[in-house]
Amino acid sequence: MTFTDNPGSEGFGRSALAVSPQFLRRRRLVGLLMRAVLFAMALVSVLVTAGIVYVLISESAKFFAHVSIVDFLTDTEWTPVFENPRFGIVTLVSGTFVSSLIALLVAVPLGTILAIYISEFAQPRLREIVKPCLELLAGVPTVAFGYFALLFLTPIFRQFIPGLSGFNLLVPGIVMGIMILPYIVSVSEDAMSAVPASLREGAYALGFTRLQTAVRVVIPGAFSGVTAAFILGMSRAVGETMVVAIAAGQQAKIAYNPLEGAATITAYIVQISLGDLPHGSIAYLTIFAAGLTLFLMTLAFNVVAFWLRRRYREVY
Amino acid sequence: MTGAAPQSAAASRLPAIDEMKIVRRGRRLDVQFAVLGLFALTLSMLVLLSLILDMAADGLARIDLQFLTSFPSRRPEEAGILSAWVGTTLVMITTAVLAIPLGVGAGIYLEEYAPRNFLTSVIEINVTNLAGVPSIIYGLLALGLFVQVFALGETIFVAGLTLALLILPIVIVATREAIRSVPLEIREAAFGVGADRWQVAWNFILPMARPGILTGAIVGMSRAIGETAPVITIGALTFIAFLPPPPVQAEFPFVNFDWLNSPFTVMPIQMFNWVSRPQAGFHVNAAATGLILLVMTLLMNGVAIWLRYRIRSRR
Repeated sequence: MTFTDNPGSEGFGRSALAVSPQFLRRRRLVGLLMRAVLFAMALVSVLVTAGIVYVLISESAKFFAHVSIVDFLTDTEWTPVFENPRFGIVTLVSGTFVSSLIALLVAVPLGTILAIYISEFAQPRLREIVKPCLELLAGVPTVAFGYFALLFLTPIFRQFIPGLSGFNLLVPGIVMGIMILPYIVSVSEDAMSAVPASLREGAYALGFTRLQTAVRVVIPGAFSGVTAAFILGMSRAVGETMVVAIAAGQQAKIAYNPLEGAATITAYIVQISLGDLPHGSIAYLTIFAAGLTLFLMTLAFNVVAFWLRRRYREVY
Repeated sequence: MTGAAPQSAAASRLPAIDEMKIVRRGRRLDVQFAVLGLFALTLSMLVLLSLILDMAADGLARIDLQFLTSFPSRRPEEAGILSAWVGTTLVMITTAVLAIPLGVGAGIYLEEYAPRNFLTSVIEINVTNLAGVPSIIYGLLALGLFVQVFALGETIFVAGLTLALLILPIVIVATREAIRSVPLEIREAAFGVGADRWQVAWNFILPMARPGILTGAIVGMSRAIGETAPVITIGALTFIAFLPPPPVQAEFPFVNFDWLNSPFTVMPIQMFNWVSRPQAGFHVNAAATGLILLVMTLLMNGVAIWLRYRIRSRR
């Protein structure tokens, strides 16, 4: 800071410090400028959302100029590069949902148990070890999980499950379940620790055991937050790309059998991106229509979860 | 607690309740659940461990100087990740230079400047929502906007920018948390000696929040380094047998930014490409690449965890 001697002030001599008007002017200018710059930086995130919405809608509009939305939603075949192209998004959505539901089947029980364990049972010291371990699990690159699903787990599973294809939805689903586990644990544990200690103490005073307290007091108290964790986990699984792109195969069809491979929305986008379709062709535009579908699905999940999480914050 | 009370004649006629039995049962269930919890924990850690060990078993022997200094090739034993790791390094530099200032600036604005109004809550909800947008959607954004509309091409700059936007929410949230943990007294003392808002933020808040911000930045970068889907969607090539122009040169300005406009590949894409091939030789290469990626991301996360631990224990 540039405090300068003020030659005009008499009586105090050189010891008096005052701020020059030039300094104040410059400081006000810098302050205003920085406020504007920082505001612009905060606005970038809004621009990103606007950009996403603009790209998805404008490119999908080009696609829907050629393909009717009704066909898109009701057709049961997805063959965009065939001579007689069909565009039934149901196929890709079914693959997405089957793999995500398998992921939830793995992650919901494991995640709930782990969250209860961490928030109600574990000693603080153990907690200090467990949480970083889960963070490490969350940090693994998804492409590495894909490798693991295709080349390690699938061969093992095939020995026990006859009829399991080399590419299938089961193994990627399970691996995605492990991937979203840290996230589900952290969100639901967050909700559980938001339950006031007084409720727990009341339960203990009535003679509840830890497990009874957890099941009858903490979980009901944190119910909306725990549900939000599951929904956010679902949203993650739906948007997960590399595991399914590597290990679930690329065949677009109605996925009713998890033992067989099927393309998901994300895997399809990757497949087309790697191919050499000309930009702007109808087949190429499908990735934006598929992307819009994916975006709307995850947005719906996120909005519901946001609303649920806000609810438990209001209660306590 | 009724059966054992000898004073009450009515109570003694009720069937006797063995409290010890109930207590023992409750204890047993507690222990059983604790074991179940430890089992769930062990299971998830086992997955992580077997993933690391599997990749090490398949790929560790493949990592040598030749692997690090060769371009991809049709023959797996001659192939290497030179263009991939150079590409990853340059993309990461671009991402860090864009995402960290942007995220920190936005975080400072939201914590220190933002008035409580509609626009601020729009920005806040938007950041929360962006964190939940699948990464491949960012790839479509980059493809539709940066590649097709702005015609920037499938370059290192576009990839770095895309990944920067992807990790922006992580950096913003970490910055806000770090700033919020700075004691109010610091702010009041600084205002008290006459600092204005920007001086308080720049000279007092930011230095104290630095470790927390650093943690967020590292976690964000480790996320970006392993991201594959958005970079594929941009249209990054999988077979690159040349290096981008070097960023430093012997002649006058000594730095050269041509590399920003160069085509590229990155390690996750190289790995994905090799996994997708049928030959086992390429799978070994994929495992080796994956192992390097894994070690890098685990190290980065480890540093972030350690930093966070130090911040907390200092308080």
